[in-house]
Amino acid sequence: MSSLTMRPCGDFRTSYAQDNTIFETKTIRMMAILSVLVLCAAPLFLDSYFISIFIQMSYLGIAALGLNILVGYTGQISLGHGAFFGFGAFASAWLNISMGIPVFLCIPLAGFLTMAVGMMFGMPAARIKGLYLAIATLAAQFIIEDFFARAEWFSGGSSGSMAEPINLFGFAFDTDESFYYIALFAFVVMFIWGCNLMRSRDGRAFVAVRDHYLSAEIMGVKLNKYRLLSFGISSFYAGIGGALYAHYLGYVSAEGFTIFMSIQFLAMIIIGGLGSIKGTMMGVIFMVLLPEVLSGGVGMMQETEWGNIPMVVDGLAYIKEMAIGLVIIMFLIFEPEGLAHRWKQIKNYWKFYPFAY
Amino acid sequence: MSEPILKIDKISLAFGGVKALTDVSFEVPRGSVFSIIGPNGAGKTSMLNCISGRYKPNSGSITFNNQNVTHLRPNDRADLGMGRTFQNLALFGHMSVLDNIMVGRHHLLKNNWISGPLYWASKAQKEELEHRRYVEEVIDFLEISHIRKSVAGTLSYGLRKRVELARAMALNPQLILLDEPMAGMNLEEKEDMARYILDLNEEFGITVVMIEHDMGVVMDISHQVMVLDFGKKLIAGLPDEVMANEHVKRAYLGVEDDAELEEVS
Repeated sequence: MSSLTMRPCGDFRTSYAQDNTIFETKTIRMMAILSVLVLCAAPLFLDSYFISIFIQMSYLGIAALGLNILVGYTGQISLGHGAFFGFGAFASAWLNISMGIPVFLCIPLAGFLTMAVGMMFGMPAARIKGLYLAIATLAAQFIIEDFFARAEWFSGGSSGSMAEPINLFGFAFDTDESFYYIALFAFVVMFIWGCNLMRSRDGRAFVAVRDHYLSAEIMGVKLNKYRLLSFGISSFYAGIGGALYAHYLGYVSAEGFTIFMSIQFLAMIIIGGLGSIKGTMMGVIFMVLLPEVLSGGVGMMQETEWGNIPMVVDGLAYIKEMAIGLVIIMFLIFEPEGLAHRWKQIKNYWKFYPFAY
Repeated sequence: MSEPILKIDKISLAFGGVKALTDVSFEVPRGSVFSIIGPNGAGKTSMLNCISGRYKPNSGSITFNNQNVTHLRPNDRADLGMGRTFQNLALFGHMSVLDNIMVGRHHLLKNNWISGPLYWASKAQKEELEHRRYVEEVIDFLEISHIRKSVAGTLSYGLRKRVELARAMALNPQLILLDEPMAGMNLEEKEDMARYILDLNEEFGITVVMIEHDMGVVMDISHQVMVLDFGKKLIAGLPDEVMANEHVKRAYLGVEDDAELEEVS
């Protein structure tokens, strides 16, 4: 329900600015700041396995937020997000190697380059909808994948391309621990950017286009412009995420950016909650942890006598994919609005306990 | 008398073989409440759609504020100051009431996808809050302040109609097109709505063009009435003149049985 019911007693707003904050209450804002501070300190007491998971969450999360702006907020569909992610990765490496631009500038530039490509492929989006758009973006996925394999000047072809680590004022961010801060910074900036976008003019226009495009047009929203812009912004996020990925791994190869990756991004936002920034975060955390937990589970099964059989040990990759499929289906049936909605219900339950509503 | 705000000149609209409108011409005086009535399928909503730009008429021209708008897209007409509501509700169902109304300010806001997210660093926050102030005025005027944070899709029918009116008013329009603002409402809600329409006409100086079936309301609040029948204009004039017209009675309002019999014989 409305945020009004979730507000604690005595929390009065006396200005419109107070009523228009990103975080609903001061407590939530304090918690958010606190968790960022805790995350800043994380490398001190967590080993690099967990740090690498956090980095993964960050670059995947940025790209997933982009997809959520397109799919969840604007109501378009894209099956080519993985390819845009890959384009960002190659573009950043290419800009750095062939143009000699410093890496920390390459990342935003790669974002803008991906935005341009995304808008090119998004051009039909202004005119077609639904299933047809899905097929058009699927075509984008395969065209870009093919481009990676053939354009040796850009991607190094089948051998892939090297990506230098980020180097700022003579300090190279080439370890997990140092890159972690770059990733965290990018994550926080991009998510705040998303939050602010959604509470300003263009974000509202996106949602208006999704909910009722005819009346959005009557209200003065240019439909074609906003459908295209949404594609652009979503690709921008994908490009930034991809560039971070490239400079984290130090090596980009074309094999990774398949349709499976696009589906994975879609899974993240469906599980997390379409049209929710908080949900995007939850979906990404869920989808990154799922394979880790699964492989942990398989590892434990291996320890037992009955579990140490080839079906389990060799089948891990299949179990992973099946589990992702199963989870998506379960969410579509039981919680179509995603984790964000479930979170809200849990909060409501605590708030109103012991009354039902 | 000043120039009419809206001039419709010989509009014709056909869907294949169906002639929805044939050579309809009329003028809407600035600052008036102008009602369009007529039986179902007479082309009232088609007329409104032509004015707001959803349909392109096959021939004829529409002049708004001395500017030919016949070929402008609906969003360009919104920029010029034309707002409308729909017969079947067309709110943005998942947005809050407040955001719905803020969408109405779209063409007046200037922040974009770069300056908007830079919220505090750019002028976006200041701008958003200024417009929020205006939106709150509209909310106060239409007495929907208690639901401003509710999700639009969860509201009752009467309230949704009011939110839709608020959204159209947030455009700062000079002309507002209302498609059956009172359909499906009870007496009390109708009275409220009639009062809002009169107030927005008199206080805000907005010209109103509306389609309505409730003859009591139409006769009470409109300055001029036009009757459409089978896509043709029957008559336009003062409400009393229109009421007294024989053609209108036969086509729409209905006549007493014996009177009709006499006429036939």
